[in-house]
Amino acid sequence: MTAIDATVSRDSARGGSPAGGVRQALSDGLVVMTRNLKRVPRIPELAIFAILQSIMFVLLFAFVFGGAIPLPGGGSYREYLMPGIFAQTIGFAAATTAIGMTDDINKGIIDRFRSLPMARSAVLTGRTFADVVYNGGILIVLMLTGLVVGWTVNTGIVELLAGVGLLLLFAFAMSWIGVWIGLSVPTVEVAQQIGFTVLFPITFLSNVFVPTQTLPELLRPIAEWNPISVLTASLRELWGNPNPFAGQGLPAEQPILLTLIWVAIILAVFAPLGVRRYRSMSR
Amino acid sequence: MDAITAEGLVKIYKSRKSEVRALDGLDLTVEEGTVLGLLGPNGAGKTTTVRILATLLRPDAGRATVAGFDVVRQAQELRSVIGLSGQSAAVDENLTGRENLVMFGRLYQLPRGEPRRRADELLEQFGLGDAADRLVKTYSGGMRRRLDLGSALIGRPRLLFLDEPTTGLDPRSRLGMWEVIRDLVREGTTLLLTTQYLEEADELANTIAVVDAGKIIARGTADQLKSQVGGERIEVVVHDRADLARAAETLSRAGDGASTTEEHMRRITVPAVGGAQRLMQVLRDLDDEGIRIDDIGLRRPTLDDVFLAITGHAAQANDASTADDTPARTRAGSEEERAA
Repeated sequence: MTAIDATVSRDSARGGSPAGGVRQALSDGLVVMTRNLKRVPRIPELAIFAILQSIMFVLLFAFVFGGAIPLPGGGSYREYLMPGIFAQTIGFAAATTAIGMTDDINKGIIDRFRSLPMARSAVLTGRTFADVVYNGGILIVLMLTGLVVGWTVNTGIVELLAGVGLLLLFAFAMSWIGVWIGLSVPTVEVAQQIGFTVLFPITFLSNVFVPTQTLPELLRPIAEWNPISVLTASLRELWGNPNPFAGQGLPAEQPILLTLIWVAIILAVFAPLGVRRYRSMSR
Repeated sequence: MDAITAEGLVKIYKSRKSEVRALDGLDLTVEEGTVLGLLGPNGAGKTTTVRILATLLRPDAGRATVAGFDVVRQAQELRSVIGLSGQSAAVDENLTGRENLVMFGRLYQLPRGEPRRRADELLEQFGLGDAADRLVKTYSGGMRRRLDLGSALIGRPRLLFLDEPTTGLDPRSRLGMWEVIRDLVREGTTLLLTTQYLEEADELANTIAVVDAGKIIARGTADQLKSQVGGERIEVVVHDRADLARAAETLSRAGDGASTTEEHMRRITVPAVGGAQRLMQVLRDLDDEGIRIDDIGLRRPTLDDVFLAITGHAAQANDASTADDTPARTRAGSEEERAA
């Protein structure tokens, strides 16, 4: 009996039993997440520049180009623009995560974590969940900016929260792409470059800044099925902002469903890829 | 009981261009309660060995156990009895010293309340009490190393790995670090220490294992190793070339063996056990003979001498040195390593 008791207590202490394993994964993930969030105000440049970059886009399009972009079906361009800016900013969650991950590897923090008897998953979940919270914070600042330049939610609080929920879900999925990139590249600079070279075309070849009707026939389907576009369309639909989506296809009719499908696809592909990369660090 | 056993460890780093055999059949044992110094130049395989024993890397061949746990099959159990400090792991410079320790304590699965208590204890022990709530990026190199060591000790590990604990530190911080490590040794911690300096291994380790090209090439106490090199030597540079023969004769008489003469340098070297006392004797003898000298000194064997004696080649960083580090390591450790 004593031997069995000893085994049980040892197993639960080290996460051997399934319940203990889940509990340990959660508590370790929380420790790592807290650590990541504590760092945010201590390196304020990162958050400040992320916000400034988005605000720059708002100013550029709301006041410079916006006047020259007519919306089919009419409506305020600034109301049209803001959901796109939110989606674009959230898309950059991948870069945020990639940069954080690479930095931790190069500084030797990940190796310290790997030498500890902690849940193996906690390093990755702690990172992605922290980045969701971080992006949520940035989103709040941008929404306030949006209100200042003339964006508004024309529906109700439920729709507002549903939209925010969709954005954060998308941020979570994008973070897992970032995990994979961050574990695959050698330096922070490369992580940054990959982030920008991949994300900028995706956000521009979309409905974020211009209605897709204005695009050449060949590019239009790409722009319409683009995950950033369906997310943007979902937000516009939820919040009653102008949503002049062309065509009668699925992206125009079921943007929310498509956003959820994209989130599922990205998670199904990149979460296992990231986990595999992380495991192969010991090779 | 052996705290660490390793048999035939092989580790090969493959890249597109080359293949480096970082470990080439390394065997190792460390007894419980002793200190083993793993001594060797950059790229010899020291860090790779530590990384395998601390479960950060899987060996390509061979097997190893730490505290009875297999490094591959029982990695998680193994992690709860070890502490790792030095080049192979780091602290977070954007957290305070206390935050680092508490975080690592929690992840070490210490019971509730214990991480904070233990952190206070370690901060006090390592003289970081006043700096406890400052961000680590404001710490000096020596303070950072002490915090790093504290992080490794947070869970009172049975076994401690110190990977080049003093590389890159100034002499005073190095002495401070040695003091801290000696205290740990007195408490009976089993320790595996890697170093490039014979002096450091000599100061801290019971047994020294010399690594070269991924293998242990010699093992023994510091004295045993030094005696292979011939121990201390007295070196004299005479003023007049004409005095060389006479001086060589004097030195041969005073020393513990035949003297060797390098004519073009006007330098004579002789083995001499007993150091300073012998040096004084030689000085008197030379003075009695009326031989003018430019320089005289006692030379202790260095890692270079040990290497030269055992391998026949000098202890220089070989080409594997970049592979011994983890990929793309950019933190201070590797810069210091290069500087050293």
